[in-house]
Amino acid sequence: MADTPLLSVRELSMRFGGLLAVDRVSMDVAPCEVVSIIGPNGAGKTTVFNCISGFYRPTGGEVIFEGKPMHRLPGFKIARAGMVRTFQNVRLFKEMTVIENLLVAQHMQAERNLLKGLFLTRGFRRREAELMDRAAHWLERVGLIEFANREAGNLAYGQQRRLEIARCMVTQPKLLMLDEPAAGLNPNETRDLDRLIVQLKEEEGITVLLIEHDMSLVMGISDRIYVVNQGQPLANGTPEQVRRNPEVIKAYLGEE
Amino acid sequence: MKGKLLPAFFAAGLTLLLGASVLGVQLQSQGIETVVVVHGPLTWLGLFAAAAVVFAYQLVKDRVQRVRQNARQGSRFRLPAFLENHAQRRLMIALAIGALLMFPFMAERSAVDIATLTLIYVMLGLGLNVVVGLAGLLDLGYVGFYAVGAYTYALLNSYFGFSFWEALPIAGGMTALFGYLLGFPVLRLRGDYLAIVTLGFGEIIRILLNNLTEITGGPNGIARIPEPSLFNLQFARRADEGYTSFHEFFGIAYDPTHKVIYLYILALLFALAVAYIIYRLMRMPIGRAWEALREDDIACRSLGLNPTGVKLSAFTIGASFAGIAGSIFAARQGFISPLSFTFIESAIVLAIVVLGGMGSQLGVVLAAVAMTLLPEIAREFNEYRMLLFGLIMVLMMVWRPQGLLPLKRPQMELKRG
Repeated sequence: MADTPLLSVRELSMRFGGLLAVDRVSMDVAPCEVVSIIGPNGAGKTTVFNCISGFYRPTGGEVIFEGKPMHRLPGFKIARAGMVRTFQNVRLFKEMTVIENLLVAQHMQAERNLLKGLFLTRGFRRREAELMDRAAHWLERVGLIEFANREAGNLAYGQQRRLEIARCMVTQPKLLMLDEPAAGLNPNETRDLDRLIVQLKEEEGITVLLIEHDMSLVMGISDRIYVVNQGQPLANGTPEQVRRNPEVIKAYLGEE
Repeated sequence: MKGKLLPAFFAAGLTLLLGASVLGVQLQSQGIETVVVVHGPLTWLGLFAAAAVVFAYQLVKDRVQRVRQNARQGSRFRLPAFLENHAQRRLMIALAIGALLMFPFMAERSAVDIATLTLIYVMLGLGLNVVVGLAGLLDLGYVGFYAVGAYTYALLNSYFGFSFWEALPIAGGMTALFGYLLGFPVLRLRGDYLAIVTLGFGEIIRILLNNLTEITGGPNGIARIPEPSLFNLQFARRADEGYTSFHEFFGIAYDPTHKVIYLYILALLFALAVAYIIYRLMRMPIGRAWEALREDDIACRSLGLNPTGVKLSAFTIGASFAGIAGSIFAARQGFISPLSFTFIESAIVLAIVVLGGMGSQLGVVLAAVAMTLLPEIAREFNEYRMLLFGLIMVLMMVWRPQGLLPLKRPQMELKRG
């Protein structure tokens, strides 16, 4: 692990009324690393994600991203800081076209001056062309370029998943958070996803935080794994360490 | 065809049987006796005609249903091919604008006057389309902004003597401010709740205007609002001190139609400007953000868009268009009172948006024309106007729930080999 983590979560807790969904979870994610969070169903993985990405306001602990505290900020500000996430159930703008999905995602990079847009100034056109190019580049990367002008809702499920990742990537994030990206994918598509994540890490220098149930995917691409069980941190380490950890085996398979 | 003949006969026979027993014969008491009265040949002719209609319908029922299904499935109405081409479309638009500019010089004065009103509704429809059709915020109090625009001009004029052109930007800004102030607290509400609050807002404005008698004249309204001038040329018979009147300047006889035509052209230019601005907005980052927000606000947040800001912008921009429409309305009428800004106006504008097809500009323009012309044409059915209105809405929801011309995608296309 590098000495300065990109994301550092300290003693994160989330309480819903009487239910302590997340109980003092800590983790560090170093730049250019793929880190997975695993755990049985209902362990609180997605809640951890929601707290980090600002969709919930954690009831305790802190989230530090690039040295700045994030746990009090609303979701859109966290996204602007460079932490962008996908969702367990795909959330595309289904009635908009594929390319429009990617243009919306680049809202913060777009020329938003109303007058420049109304009068179609040269600067506005250049900026729009840049957005278009970046969108096209990422569509090519995820192999969806021929569907650019289709409605996103008409894509096959696996394609929608890839589009969602592309939509995150056009925002030029530092940390990509994927919530069960392989859910509902067939083995072929999972292999493609595996390759895509490795490429993102190696070619783009993207840090990836991942929740996943598909163990072959997790064990294959993760640099480190955090195991969460019933809201509490159970173990962490390299895939090899986690695989051998008796506590983890017990949580997954039940006691003898 | 053969298989349908028997059921068709059966249905026709059933119609005849039921119709005859209800309408054809009747029991009447004469003294202490009850006699069966058989009705005259006219009733029977009607019954046979009805049976024939049922028979014919049964034969073609399948086809009618197929047509209906096509109407429903073909939700993406395609424009005629010659309009798909960019250059030809431009030519058509230019021709249409030319025809609209020529119109007042050919038509009667009353027709031009109604056309002006139609154009005001076009503006309102386009403005509300931003809020409801694009951003997906159901606003039932849109008339409130319309009223703010109209009263801003009327009050500025009657108290401070502002001319139309001086008051117009202030009216636009004022309504935008109202949109912003209202939007701020209510935009965290969604769907039905937002609709109720905006409905209340529209009513508050109207009731305020009605009761602030010292300022707004209350139910008596504000009269003698001057029409706009053309570069300081006034359209009145006698110009104010220090001004020239239009007919004197050009050395022609005074004619009140000049004013009507001028107002029409003014409304036309404003409607075109509004249409163009919204056309551009839809292809700008802000327009894309509105649509994205309508579809999924959680995804928007996860991409760094501030939902409140995006909603507020839609609300504010939509409101300012209503303000401009309101000012033109005040100038056209010369007299405004709170009665012009009742809830029914909001409902009509909303109906225009829904009938036209949410988010579709051409659809909204057509619907606005239909909604204002229909009552004028059907003047004799004045009492049934609301009934007709409701009937059209119901029929539309059954036949084309997506509106006359639903929004056609895509707005942005990736053009590449």
